[in-house]
Formats: sequence, C-alpha cells, structure tokens
Amino acid sequence: MTRRIFIPRDATARSLGADAVADLVTSEAARRGIAITVVRTGSRGAMWLEPLVEVEIEGQRHGFGPVTEADVAGLFEQDFLNLADHPLALGAMDALPWLARQTRVTFARCGVIDPLDLEAYKAHGGFAGLARALGLDSAAIISAVDEAGLRGRGGAGFPTGIKWRTVATTPADQKYIVCNADEGDSGTFSDRMLMEGDPFAVIEGMAIAGLAVGATRGFIYIRSEYPDAIATMTNALPLARAGGLLGPALLGSRATFDMEIRVGAGAYICGEETALLESLEGRRGEVRPKPPLPAVSGLFGKPTVINNLVTLATVPAILTGSGEAAYGALGTGRSRGTMPVQLGGNITRGGLVEVPFGTSLRTLIEDFGGGTASARPLKAVQLGGPLGAYLPPDALDVPLDYEGLSAIGAMLGHGGIVVFDDTADMGAQARFAMAFCALESCGKCTPCRIGSTRGVEVIDRIRAGENTEANLTLLEDLCATMTDGSLCALGGLTALPVTSALRHFPEDFRDTRGMP
Amino acid sequence: MGAAEKAAERVFEPARAEAAIAACQHLAGPLLPVLHALQAEFGWVPDAAVPLVADRLNLSRAEVHGVLSFYHDFRRRPPARRNLKICRAEACQAMGGERLAAHAQGRLQTEFNGTSADGQVDLDPVYCLGNCAAAPAIMLDGRLIGRVTPARLDALLGMPLAQAEPAR
Ligand SMILES: Cc1cc2nc3c(=O)[nH]c(=O)nc-3n(C[C@H](O)[C@H](O)[C@H](O)COP(=O)(O)O)c2cc1C
Ligand code: SF4
Ligand code: FES
Repeated sequence: MTRRIFIPRDATARSLGADAVADLVTSEAARRGIAITVVRTGSRGAMWLEPLVEVEIEGQRHGFGPVTEADVAGLFEQDFLNLADHPLALGAMDALPWLARQTRVTFARCGVIDPLDLEAYKAHGGFAGLARALGLDSAAIISAVDEAGLRGRGGAGFPTGIKWRTVATTPADQKYIVCNADEGDSGTFSDRMLMEGDPFAVIEGMAIAGLAVGATRGFIYIRSEYPDAIATMTNALPLARAGGLLGPALLGSRATFDMEIRVGAGAYICGEETALLESLEGRRGEVRPKPPLPAVSGLFGKPTVINNLVTLATVPAILTGSGEAAYGALGTGRSRGTMPVQLGGNITRGGLVEVPFGTSLRTLIEDFGGGTASARPLKAVQLGGPLGAYLPPDALDVPLDYEGLSAIGAMLGHGGIVVFDDTADMGAQARFAMAFCALESCGKCTPCRIGSTRGVEVIDRIRAGENTEANLTLLEDLCATMTDGSLCALGGLTALPVTSALRHFPEDFRDTRGMP
Repeated sequence: MGAAEKAAERVFEPARAEAAIAACQHLAGPLLPVLHALQAEFGWVPDAAVPLVADRLNLSRAEVHGVLSFYHDFRRRPPARRNLKICRAEACQAMGGERLAAHAQGRLQTEFNGTSADGQVDLDPVYCLGNCAAAPAIMLDGRLIGRVTPARLDALLGMPLAQAEPAR
C-alpha cells in the first residue's frame, strides 16, 4: 500500500529546510522502490519540531522531528515507514503532549490537511459553517457570534457581534468585509499560519460575515513580508469559487460573495484599521479620526466590517461542531473561547499554542515553551507585540485573558509572547520601542511623530549618565504626553514597553560606562 | 538570467510601465497594486514612472509621490543583484538578531538601507517576518531562512545567487 507522508510547507518549516527534506524523502523512496505520496500541509505550530515528517499508518499519523536532510537516509535505513525505533520518533501525533494539551478550534485543520485540497477541507468540517449560516437570517448569525462571546483577535478585543450588528443595520447600496492580515506585531504569526495552512477557513469566515451583514464584496489585506501566505491565498481563491465558497451562488444558493487580495507595502501603521482602509483606497496609510466608525463609513465610505484574520477564521468553527454555546463555554470571565498564542524569541519549544482563555503565562512559557532556549534565566517577557508591556518573571502567574492582563497594565494584543533571557538589556529594548514608533509613525500627531524621536534621545542621555534624574522625569512626561495626545495606539501605547521596562528593570537604565 | 539582461530589465521603459499600469488600472483603489506592479517589472519604482501613473489614474503627481514615499517597500533606486533583509524586531533581538545585524553591516561594509561596498547586495531592515519561533530570521533573495548565525550568514552570502524559490 502506498504510504502517505506529511511534510509542512509552512514558511517557518521551509525556513528550516522542509523543502529539501521533502525532496530527499521523495527521491530516497524512489531509489528504494518504495511507493509513497508526499502531502505538503500547513504547520501544526510545533516550530521546535520543524521540519516535522509524519507517516500515516492505518489512519494514525506518527511523527519524526526535527528532521534534517542528513537524517533522511537513516530514517529509511531504519525503516521509519514501519515505525521502527528511531531517535527522532515522536510517536502518534495525537498523543504528543504538546498538542494533546491544547484546545484546537481555529487551528484544528492547520498542519493536518493539504491547505489547497478542498475535499480534505470538507472531510475535516469545512463548509459546514457556511451551510448553516445560509439557513439562518442575519440576526441569527450575529446572535450565534454573540453567544460564542467572540471578541476581536487583532488587539483591541472588541465584541465581534456588536461590530457586525452595526454594519448589518446601517442601510447602504454596498457594504464590505475587510480581513486584516497585516499582522504587523513582532512575535506573532497566527494569521500567517492560517493563510498557509487553512486558507479556505479564512474565505469561509469572510463569506459568513458577508451573509451576516449583507456585504457582497471582500478584501483581504496581507502584509508583503508574507510571500508564501500571499501565494497560498492567491491559489485558494479560484478553488473556493469552483467549490461554491465564493461566487454568485454560495453553495448553490442565491447568496453572493466574492473577494480579492491586496498586498501591503511595509508600513506597520497599516494594520490599524482606518490606515488600512486608506491604504486599500490607494492613499498614504494615515489614521482617520473616529467617528465615523468604519462600521458606518468605512471602505470607499461604505459600511465595512474590518476584522482580524483569526477572528474571521474562527467563525466557521464556532458555527459547526458543537456550536456557539460550546465555544462560549470555554474560557473565563468575559474572555470566551480559545486564543492562539504564539511563543517566540528565546524559548525552547516555540510555536503556536491554542488554549482556552485563562491559561497562565507560566503554563505557556514553562510547560509548553520549556523555558529559555539558551537555558539561562528568564529575564523578561514582552506580551502583545511592539506596543506591549515587558513583564518580569514574577508576573508570569497572570491568567491570559483580556481583563486579567489589563489589571496588571498589560495587554494580550494579537497573542504574541516573546521571551528574553538575562543577557537582554531592557534599556536598549525601551529605546527600540521609541525608535520603532518614530520609524512607523504615520505623522499625524506631534506627540507620536516628534515625541518618539525625543524619547530615543532622552533614553540615550539617561544611559550616558547625563542629568539622570531630570532626564528620567522628562522621559516620564514624554510618555504621558504621547499616551494622552495620540490619535491611535501606536503613539498611545509606545509608553507601555518603555515605562514597564523602567519600572521593572531600573538597573538597565543606569549609566554603565566604566563598569566592568 | 545574465547580469546584462538583469541590468536592462531595470532601465525604465515607458511601454513596459504602461503595460504594468494597464494590468491593475481596473481595480478599485488601484494605486498600491500599480506601484507593486511597477516594482515587479523594474525591480524599483523609477521617478520617471510617476507622471505616467498620475496621468493614467487621474491623480496629481504630488499624490502619487506622497504614496510612493510613505511605504517602506517601494525602492526609489535600482536594486543590487542580491537582497538581504534582516529582521530587527523583538523576537529576533532576543536571539542575537542585533549581533547578526552588526555582523552583516561589517561584512557588507554598509549601513542598513544601503548597498554593500562591492555593489552586490542591498541590506534592508525588516520588522518581523513571522518566523519568530525560529529566530533570528532573514530573507535572502526572497527566501526566508531561520535560526541564522553570523557564520551561516557568511556561508549563505558566499554561495552563488540562490534563485528565490517560488512558493509551492
Ligand atoms: C498601530 C496599530 C497596529 C495594528 N495592527 C494590526 C494588525 O496588524 N492586525 C490586526 O488584525 N489588527 C491590528 N490593529 C487593530 C486594528 O486597528 C483593528 O482593531 C482590528 O483589525 C479589528 O479586528 P478585530 O476586532 O477582529 O480584532 C492595529 C491597531 C493599531 C493601533
Ligand atoms: S498616534 Fe502616531 S501613528 Fe497614530 S495617528 Fe497619531 S501620528 Fe499616526
Ligand atoms: S521578530 Fe523576527 S521574525 Fe518575528
């Protein structure tokens, strides 16, 4: 019988040699006269095991990883296709604790199927959300999203149902669905993984949003730094049209929805929703004042749903399986369902971990992540991207949920967790936060545009030992001015990494000249 | 492609610019797709293309110029043969990314946003490549590479121009 071998084509897996491994597996099998089929999948998110090679035996998938080119001949030598013992053997993937301890809802198919195989998509629960939505009216779809407790995964955590209802009840001749796949936050890659590993879920989520609010056109705005994701989404669209996920007759019904792909051009601010809309319209990515809300007057002045990609891709999963009540039963307090958390930086087992809200940072970093990659003591964790706070090791017991984090002055953002060991210089990290703000400011507000550049200079003076006390006061004032006087969260939140670094790691802001 | 052909490809020719513009002109909000198409055609967006874009899209030259200069991606001068992007964002910083960045500047004898002393490699900063669990990350000639050490970077730069692998 022809064995099926699964090897990811996710960008991280490829960046670690997955293509070369796949080519070698194919040629080794041919050389030995063994019949195999290599299926290229997305990633399961266990980046520490990439390139991961899985062998299917009687419907069970068994993993080997991380596999390098140098390992391939040896795997065949030791008959890995029949699961002889091998140092890289991981056993049955379903039993791998790192995966088994997760709650995979949004990422259930990612890493499991060929992302462009519509039949496999269907066999793993695809289409069912759209099919159900086609049988519901607008209000019922939105109530289901409410009942699931879905909040935006792009950063602000705004309730998705409320946003959709505003668009649904605003009369207009044309409405739009915009999928925010700008994923500018450093330390995050969940949007990328879904586009590369389960693009039809993104499309299906957008189509359902279209049904819910009465929008027939959509745009997905993908950052240019993601060529693989752009390619996979581009290839998925015609397949989705042929399969009835898009087009003039969704699943053979009378409902219509179609979408196109737009590519960003390397501006962090274009992840901010109104700047993104400006960019889509062909202008500089400058933030628009609100009101009007995009839900009332968005793309080309029309009512527009703009949601993060993970938010939209979660909708089909919510409407299927055990349904919105089961999804809403996961989590804690007002943070319902699951959150795909991304572990990056100095961490042993980095990757994507989908868990119910309420899981502690410590569980994520220590149990899933295995601590620092360098095996040195953990010094700080940055949560929620470049505008997120730096937390010290003793803050790790905080539960990951919107309210729990805001109680300690942090935020979840898009779910990025970046770990630093004790070699990190938090003064340099604070300086970087200001420099990044200066580089990416859209220029509309003086506190953001000028304040960030001043911030870099003041931190430099503090670190050079010039008038330390006066300059520390100046830095605090500058942070307060930026926080209060900025139109959007770029200028408004840059103070967070700076002041948290100052508060928790004051020793890193001292004059270190002349010290050993 | 030979060096001469590559150089010829980068020279502004109105007819090729017209074709690139025409391919996206029908889109709603066409300016970014048009600028991307020009960059794909020439490897950069020549200033000489600006009046043409303005005319075809019914915009002022100032508007086109304003957009062109806003976005980091658009190149305003012809690119070198090779392109090296090094991620300078936090997850990569946590894994020695700044050491890698300093090493690259030394080896190529250029600052970021510049070209190596021998004119062969453009060195660009990038702020996250979505490869934060395999940091530090670079993109060399369009190809993403993870867990890059200075020695590995030297080896990669020493190899002949890797044709950027098309995404599969
Ligand atoms: C500076 C800045 C950058 C942002 N970048 C992103 C981004 O890359 N992706 C994203 O989905 N949302 C980003 N957001 C949040 C969006 O403005 C918006 O809240 C989000 O797209 C709404 O979708 P959601 O409700 O599904 O989260 C950013 C916000 C700010 C202020
Ligand atoms: S805070 Fe900064 S990025 Fe945001 S609108 Fe103002 S200038 Fe633009
Ligand atoms: S921070 Fe470097 S790849 Fe994300």
